[in-house]
Amino acid sequence: MTTDVTNPAAVRTARVREIASDLRELRGPLIPILHAVQEDLGHVDQVDVAVIADVLNLSVAEVHGVVTFYKDFRREPGGRTTLRICQAEACQAVGAEALGDHVKRRTGLSFGKTSVDGKLTLDEVFCLGNCALGPAVQVNGKLHGKVTPARLDAILGEAR
Amino acid sequence: MKVYVPRDSAAVSVGADEVAERIQASANTIGRDVEIIRTGSRGMLWLEPLVEVETPQGRIGYGPVALEQVDGLIAAGLLDGEGESLGLVEELDWMRRQQRLTFERVGVVDPRSANDYEQNGGMQGLRKALTMTPAEVVEEVTNSGLRGRGGAGFPTGIKWRTVLGADADLKFVCCNADEGDSGTFADRMLIEGDPFVLIEGMTIAAYAVGATEGYVYLRSEYPDAVEALTKAIEAARAKGWLGEDIEGSKLTFDLHVRVGAGAYICGEETSMLESLEGKRGTVRAKPPIPALEGLFGRPTVVNNVLSLASVPTILANGAAAYASYGMGRSLGTSVFQLGGNIARGGIVETAFGITLGELVNDLGGGTASGRPVRAVQVGGPLGAYLPVDQFDLPMDYEAFAAAGAMVGHGGIVVFDETVDMAGMARFAMAFCAEESCGKCTPCRVGAIRGVETIDRIRAGEDRSKNLVLLDDLCELMTDGSLCAMGGLTPMPVRSAIRHFGEDFSA
Ligand SMILES: Cc1cc2nc3c(=O)[nH]c(=O)nc-3n(C[C@H](O)[C@H](O)[C@H](O)COP(=O)(O)O)c2cc1C
Ligand code: SF4
Ligand code: FES
Repeated sequence: MTTDVTNPAAVRTARVREIASDLRELRGPLIPILHAVQEDLGHVDQVDVAVIADVLNLSVAEVHGVVTFYKDFRREPGGRTTLRICQAEACQAVGAEALGDHVKRRTGLSFGKTSVDGKLTLDEVFCLGNCALGPAVQVNGKLHGKVTPARLDAILGEAR
Repeated sequence: MKVYVPRDSAAVSVGADEVAERIQASANTIGRDVEIIRTGSRGMLWLEPLVEVETPQGRIGYGPVALEQVDGLIAAGLLDGEGESLGLVEELDWMRRQQRLTFERVGVVDPRSANDYEQNGGMQGLRKALTMTPAEVVEEVTNSGLRGRGGAGFPTGIKWRTVLGADADLKFVCCNADEGDSGTFADRMLIEGDPFVLIEGMTIAAYAVGATEGYVYLRSEYPDAVEALTKAIEAARAKGWLGEDIEGSKLTFDLHVRVGAGAYICGEETSMLESLEGKRGTVRAKPPIPALEGLFGRPTVVNNVLSLASVPTILANGAAAYASYGMGRSLGTSVFQLGGNIARGGIVETAFGITLGELVNDLGGGTASGRPVRAVQVGGPLGAYLPVDQFDLPMDYEAFAAAGAMVGHGGIVVFDETVDMAGMARFAMAFCAEESCGKCTPCRVGAIRGVETIDRIRAGEDRSKNLVLLDDLCELMTDGSLCAMGGLTPMPVRSAIRHFGEDFSA
């Protein structure tokens, strides 16, 4: 099968099929495939769901059900920087809520939202395993501890 | 000259990478030869980044080291263990008060080096196990008194005996590394700091029960742990510690990492198995128990990271040595995690029986804010909030249960006097509503009603009537939920009302 390289949708579909086919032999392949698709293509699109279902011989509804159950899987493109702020108990004990409010005010975003210019996705998370050095945040997978509003502004400034 | 700088993600989160680079650069400038070894963290997280320098007397520590201090410290003789230091790390009071069995090598060795692991006592447990029959290994684990460290405290040996006795074409060992509880990070630190001990523990489990495949379900919030474990598994395969004919025995066992996808409920063992199978993480009704019908319907050992990582020590030193620690039916050591508003946060491995107050005040140094401690939550988001007058409680599964609390995974989160306990109770309900797998009504809908009822109480609407309603709701969730998510959420809520009732008035 050849892919029409001028058609982005067809390119995407071919790539998803390739990823799914590569991982299909794993035991319990669906979640590894979804992670790989998101890693490679930024999000798990509705059109990807049908392709993955086809490769794994599952119903579209089944795959859709899994994609929507897990918070990690994004259904739309995210920002170039993803900032996740821990809002769980240990970080709350050292001011996580105030930090969250600060960032929301600064960016005009609420949790789960991406800025219109596509630069930043803001999200909350419940525990990053840095509970002795809170408040904790994760920026594109990198962990930061003891984050004050000023430090967060600096981190965001660098990320832009 | 050997210099040790942690690569643990908590240490890195406060600048360990930059400090390591600066030490290298600064040493180069003055023409000194240094070998920087990136270790796990000793667990003294308030001292991170903690730099250690090897001297003839032992390792001298410096910390917390800020980037701007590096050049000055080196000028003052850091590379020779001189200048203002913390002294010998092993001699610090905080280290001496612990009994480190499971965390023996964490912060000491290079977690990327299989040779380092072996030279520091690694692989002795597996080698011992391979001289015994599988039934003898199970017996040894049973006799050690080891109980599951993931929360419920079920005896590990009894679980393994069930899997050993089950007849099947295929059996699995699954490690639960979902560690979703706030205030817990010992699984992460162990995997980042000494991943080979988990591999060894899982291999012993496989030999004991007759399993050939293992899976570690590791949460996506821990990317550094995923990397550390993946690299260690590759190194173990290269060493012949995984694969066929392990250590020249007939044992075949291989291990794979599976990354979760952001769902707290996937820490519940049956939900984790569903997720490993590629499904929504909904909880299965028991029976059948996973030991008989687990992953893909096959007999499966499901154990927490720390349970499995405790096994090599037990085999290497014998069940009796392990069981000589602890109190009552809580034997051995446990890794307690001090977090939240605490001056000296980190991990403390001690025998069971140490009191909550010793952990929070003596080892933890009280709050970070300097204000009085008001509440501590023990055992994660489903654990009770306890006031200071319960600080003489010993860390022991039964003593905590008797006090209406739980030890859980050993996480202790400290709050100072500014905490609003009605707010924390509301958070517990909201968390349950958010994370419920949706299978049963008391949890899925009850938690939402719980949030609404607490809101009314806080607004002063029919306060006493709504408190009764909330109590009824808690009763219903406790009795009517399929798993501990809905079943235990009442624990933080009720303990908050019981011990901090004054916060529930308008
Ligand atoms: C809501 C919920 C979350 C849980 N999360 C975890 C977890 O993150 N890690 C863990 O080891 N056990 C967790 N457990 C306990 C597991 O269901 C199970 O008891 C444990 O993994 C068994 O291992 P152990 O016997 O070694 O403790 C959780 C239980 C519930 C009900
Ligand atoms: S109690 Fe909650 S999480 Fe547990 S099975 Fe029921 S709905 Fe699912
Ligand atoms: S509670 Fe925030 S990192 Fe654990």
